[in-house]
Amino acid sequence: MATFTETAAGHSSDASATVHWFWGKLGWDIFPFYDPLIFGTFIMTMILAVSVAGLVLYKGWLPYLWREWLTSVDHKKIGIMYMILAVVMLVRGFADAVIMRVHQALASAGILELLPSYHYDQLFTVHGVIMIFFVAMPFITGFMNYIMPLQIGARDVAFPFLNNFSFWLTMSGAVLIMISLFVGEFAATGWLAFPPLSGLEFSPGVGMDYYLWSLNIAGIGTTLSGINLIVTIVKMRAPGMTWMRLPIFTWSSLVTNILIVASFPVLTATLALLTADRYLGTHFFTNEMGGNPMMYINLIWIWGHPEVYILIMPIFGIFSEIVPTFARKRLFGYASMVYALCVIMILSYLVWLHHFFTMGAGADVNSFFGITTMIISIPTGAKLFNWLFTMYKGRIEFELPMMWTLAFMVTFTIGGMTGVLLAVPPADYVLHNSLFLVAHFHNVIIGGVVFGVFAGITYWWPKAFGFHMDKFWGKVSLFGWVVGFYLAFMPLYILGLMGVTRRLSQFEDTFYAGYFFAAALGVGLIGLGVIAFIIQIAVSIKNRDKLACGGDPWNGRTLEWSTSSPPPYYNFAFSPRVYALDAWHHMKEHGATAPKDGFVPIHMPKNTASGIVISSFMTVMGFALIWHVWWLAALGFAASLAWGIGHTFNYNRDYYVPANQVAEIERANISPAE
Amino acid sequence: MIKKCLLSVSFFSLIVLSGCNLVVLNPTGDVAAQQGDLIIYATVLMLIVIIPVLTLTVFFALKYRAANEARYEPDWDHSVSLEIVIWAVPLAIIICLAGLTWVATHRLDPYADLTRISETKPVDPNVTPLQVQVVAMDWKWLFIYPEYDIATVNEMATIVDRPVEFKLTSTTVMNAFYVPDMVGMIYAMAGMETELNGVLNEPGTFEGFASHYSGDGFSQMRFDVHALDQRGFDAWVAQARGTPQMLDRETFVELDAPTKGHPVTFYSAVEEDMWERILNMCVGEDDLCMHDMMMVDAMGGGGLEGLYNRELYRGLCTADDPAALFAILRPDLSNRMSEIEAAIALLPPQHDALSSATSQVRGN
Repeated sequence: MATFTETAAGHSSDASATVHWFWGKLGWDIFPFYDPLIFGTFIMTMILAVSVAGLVLYKGWLPYLWREWLTSVDHKKIGIMYMILAVVMLVRGFADAVIMRVHQALASAGILELLPSYHYDQLFTVHGVIMIFFVAMPFITGFMNYIMPLQIGARDVAFPFLNNFSFWLTMSGAVLIMISLFVGEFAATGWLAFPPLSGLEFSPGVGMDYYLWSLNIAGIGTTLSGINLIVTIVKMRAPGMTWMRLPIFTWSSLVTNILIVASFPVLTATLALLTADRYLGTHFFTNEMGGNPMMYINLIWIWGHPEVYILIMPIFGIFSEIVPTFARKRLFGYASMVYALCVIMILSYLVWLHHFFTMGAGADVNSFFGITTMIISIPTGAKLFNWLFTMYKGRIEFELPMMWTLAFMVTFTIGGMTGVLLAVPPADYVLHNSLFLVAHFHNVIIGGVVFGVFAGITYWWPKAFGFHMDKFWGKVSLFGWVVGFYLAFMPLYILGLMGVTRRLSQFEDTFYAGYFFAAALGVGLIGLGVIAFIIQIAVSIKNRDKLACGGDPWNGRTLEWSTSSPPPYYNFAFSPRVYALDAWHHMKEHGATAPKDGFVPIHMPKNTASGIVISSFMTVMGFALIWHVWWLAALGFAASLAWGIGHTFNYNRDYYVPANQVAEIERANISPAE
Repeated sequence: MIKKCLLSVSFFSLIVLSGCNLVVLNPTGDVAAQQGDLIIYATVLMLIVIIPVLTLTVFFALKYRAANEARYEPDWDHSVSLEIVIWAVPLAIIICLAGLTWVATHRLDPYADLTRISETKPVDPNVTPLQVQVVAMDWKWLFIYPEYDIATVNEMATIVDRPVEFKLTSTTVMNAFYVPDMVGMIYAMAGMETELNGVLNEPGTFEGFASHYSGDGFSQMRFDVHALDQRGFDAWVAQARGTPQMLDRETFVELDAPTKGHPVTFYSAVEEDMWERILNMCVGEDDLCMHDMMMVDAMGGGGLEGLYNRELYRGLCTADDPAALFAILRPDLSNRMSEIEAAIALLPPQHDALSSATSQVRGN
């Protein structure tokens, strides 16, 4: 076998570099002085970070932040922190997308190669990793954290500390990825890091190690959060909330978290084996010594396909809440919606091979997985029809969430169609790995997940903060995203049909330039959508008094709307009693009122610093492992373990909110039902 | 607004589609053409349900907007007949599509020999497919023509209307071999052999490339495919034969070093057993072939049993006479025949010699 020389390894760090006992692989060459683009970003980011930190310190906000947010075990605050993380990472991932689109447009026209292929390869890898693991996942986890306990009438999740810890582990992974931008490099392997390319022989640098440790740490957080939310739904529903009275978003959360708990361990195990290949010299996925890269590709997609549904199912849940609310009507076919979710959950495990029909499996195997994939479109189609018939004979109000929903229904249907097309193996032989594929999954992820996230944000923002979001900038954002999406990705469908492969950084002829320019323009429009969204937040906060609303601004149907906006930290003074599906709607119809006295003390969990401290130690451990600073890695591991054990001896972790304090808060928040 | 977007998008696509060459839908080769047609059939089939959904979305959104004051039934949330339709119509379409998929996947199995040259021409039973062995390297393609004993880099040629049978492997990371005008892609992986059957039906020069990201030089991993008539092809072979260098093991190892945008190169001859060695990753001087390693493992490998015989298989590369070798190595193993047979069954099937080895040992 040929071993790779510098041509492949690119720059600075390769495996043969000596490892210093104290500094590991760290040296002065780890900073990207060689690349003005990255170095400029580095300087800008540092200035921004220092000024934000300076402002926080100068204004004396740090104690407040620490006390009320960073150490908080309140599911609502953790949910909001997940959302903030996702928005910040969305901006980062989107910036990568802009650079890629500009590069491809210029390179395909033969004007300029903005980036060397080595840098471009890192960009598409980090774009994928960030968008899936640190944008889409935190968004949906944030929604599930914030909304689900309120919908089932619970005061918090089942394990409040674990929730905080899960968030900080996710944060730890995000921090490692952000560090990789400025210290060393990131993987140049594609977002799923297929071996043997991701193995030590072909990717000797620290980039792959950033990938592995960041996802290893964040993955543990996701698994723990999944367990937590399942237990919450199973054990903490309000009295009377039987399974078939569960709000549909909570159903989708349950199904999603079951998928998380069943599939993320596969990811962890797969990455652990690859980590062993890179650190311990094993040969699970190498070309030689009996290794088998095909095994990795199967394993990663056995996680990866359920992951797609982990992202989209909570979004289905969000739409299933929004459509009835704004159509002023009960959800059509609640039971069949629930069954559809469960069927999708099971089927999502039986389709993973459709990601590599081209690996050379026989016709029987390929047909089997192609057909199972098509079968998933039946429950998914049923859901679409159910939303349609919820609108039927309704009184639809076109508020922002409903506009996003309609954009979703149209866009996602088209994406679903191209998905089924790719599930026909012989069609996949000619479309696989092409820009058609890229267009398809952006069609379902932007048209599905992203539109759903924005629908959800505009829907529940008034609940979380007590005021509406600005409608004008919301419409600008919607316009930018929807039109930008079509302009950016329809040309990619066409390019795919012209046989253009994904992940190209150089082009032989200028034939495709027009399409790449259109796509770049589209990304510009999406950029307008992103900026308008940020302006929308700023304007809404500025005009918060004018936009203020009560606890139930949309005339909602589920229990979260029965609380004040924002809800008190204990959520419900009394556990609500549930008599029907759409419990809050039912209460309003029957003229139920909130009790005004007879309050009792409420048992609540205390905040703890353990989550952020242990995760910080794990971040240090991850960083040290990436750079082979073994003593520091051992220290980080020992410290996190010691702190974790120490935390179990902390018996002072709960308190009671006195009844008179509850009464005071409840009287201040006049119940919106009255 | 959404309606407007859709209209403008479809209008836009009509304009751009009319001016461009959608090679995936209009390829030259017969197999690729069938795959492209399948895209169109499947799309039309799906539009049966997609168009009503899109229309209904827009229609319901307009008709039931609050300002329109259309019929309002806030508690209507269930209808058995509607739900049957909702589930049954997609189901019916998926059943059709599944049937189409099953048939098409079997008919267009990349491993199966072609049964027709084009819609009107069946395969002449006297014509054997042109054998081309394809090696994905960093970052170039090596083509070996065993019939003609020549090899080329980054350029290949076929004969018009003669089926081509590709055998694919890689010396490095995973890759995919794709000639859009000829046939869909299949992965090339080190230590493994995959297969692809296709045909080009018109003379011309077509594009081929790597369609699975493989690292730094991936974008330049492109090559030309010439579809020639018999005379042109013979001239092309003669041109290769006329070059001075041949592809021996040493040249191969040099060629295998990573390069970007490698120039087109011809080799007038190929060392014997080259493909076997590439597949078994033992072209280099000191490499142990995988099939030999597997055989060694099957006979105890580095364990105690293997240690007993290590001197015997040291320096071993190609097992010319596995039966005799087996008899020397383990004459005492006749009572464990079934285990050994199971182990040997794991070896690549083309080693017919090995199965005869087992039967001979059993004879002992």
